[in-house]
Amino acid sequence: MTGADLVARLDAGDPRALPRLLTLVENGDPAGIDALRRLAARSGRPHVVGITGPPGSGKSSLVNALVGELRQRGQRVAVVAVDPSSPVTGGAVLGDRIRMSDRHRDADVYFRSMASRGASGGLATATRRVVRLLGAAGFPIVLVETVGTGQDGVDIAGLADTVVVVQVPGLGDGVQAIKAGILEIGDILVVNKGDLPGSADVQRQLRDLGRSHPDDPDAWRRPVMPTIATEGAGIAALADTLDAHRAWLGRHPGNRDRLAAAREVGEASVPVLRHAAESGTGWLSAAFADIDAGLRTPDDVAAELVRRATAQ
Amino acid sequence: MPDPVAPPRRSPIRVLIAKPGLDGHDRGAKVMARGLRDAGFEVVYTGLFQTPEMIASAALQEDVDVVGVSILSGAHLAIFPRIMAALRDQGVDDVLVVAGGTIPEEDIGTVKAMGVSEVFGPGTSFAAVADYLREHAPNRDAAPTS
Repeated sequence: MTGADLVARLDAGDPRALPRLLTLVENGDPAGIDALRRLAARSGRPHVVGITGPPGSGKSSLVNALVGELRQRGQRVAVVAVDPSSPVTGGAVLGDRIRMSDRHRDADVYFRSMASRGASGGLATATRRVVRLLGAAGFPIVLVETVGTGQDGVDIAGLADTVVVVQVPGLGDGVQAIKAGILEIGDILVVNKGDLPGSADVQRQLRDLGRSHPDDPDAWRRPVMPTIATEGAGIAALADTLDAHRAWLGRHPGNRDRLAAAREVGEASVPVLRHAAESGTGWLSAAFADIDAGLRTPDDVAAELVRRATAQ
Repeated sequence: MPDPVAPPRRSPIRVLIAKPGLDGHDRGAKVMARGLRDAGFEVVYTGLFQTPEMIASAALQEDVDVVGVSILSGAHLAIFPRIMAALRDQGVDDVLVVAGGTIPEEDIGTVKAMGVSEVFGPGTSFAAVADYLREHAPNRDAAPTS
């Protein structure tokens, strides 16, 4: 099955085409890469919403509730849920579907589980391509649920337009909140399990954090929103705030897109560079040997690579 | 000059572990999910009380290679025809379907005739299941490029 075949099947409405394409893209299969190339021109710009937070904070339940709300508003929704791969065996148990069981009849919800496959930043290396493909397949909003993360795992910030950081009461004292980490990347802070004791304290601590931001009248005021995902409480307000953030981004495009492209090319380069190294000939292969021998640094080689690429 | 794009690699086998029906005994399914994880498989675990339609739509969306059905309720003769029909309805006609749990010896032939490739009874080792899946899971990895 070639990339062209799969794109044709996708266009013909074959329900197996998208799942199959995602597998090929996830596996770095040339047919998947080719399909992405063919779809690049029509890549819709979906609103990519990252959902991150510690294990057990209720990310999956929040995603499920949010999907329900977005469906009520008539939007098609895709979900990509990442769970960790075993660093020892490479295997994984992907359990995020459990909370989504009541959506199986809805053809306008697509849910896909991904294993992190060795990546450590809370996503898989291929997540960005998977999201791109879902955008090309016409989903206007893609929710990306990361591996459960604590104080690290911030790759989602480079992928999502809007990052929702989920916290819950009872995870520690106020010092946890002023450490660097995922709280800083949140565009929206959700305090889930709002019915647990201590919720108001956590909300206040998170609001205090927000006050250290510079006093720019047009800055995004990072909201702190209580939810009880399993009961749907606070979910409509969260969906409204996602829309508000997207609208704000439209008014403040900044340089986010250019950085995203640089990162994406960097990720896409790894298999290509590995293949070049394995071919054993040419400038690149010699440069890699120099790095192994301690004669050159990776920074030096990367800089020369770019110099050569931009020479003409 | 070789094509500077890496060749396809053998990717992990994706397995859906599903627990249909109304009995709440999911320990076997969870133990198998963990055992297969430890054998290097990517296991999508869907939880309890799955209808045939839920199993089929999960298999479709997750593009799994294998559907493993854990069944202890005694309803296997009723449920497997419905699962196979639901998979066909969704166009999922090329996955390997295997069963685990308590299926009496005398029913195994019938269940296999319904399209279930293998039945793993109580006490089957993880290694035996893993070996079987590695040998029989469809390899849809190598998409020819042309």
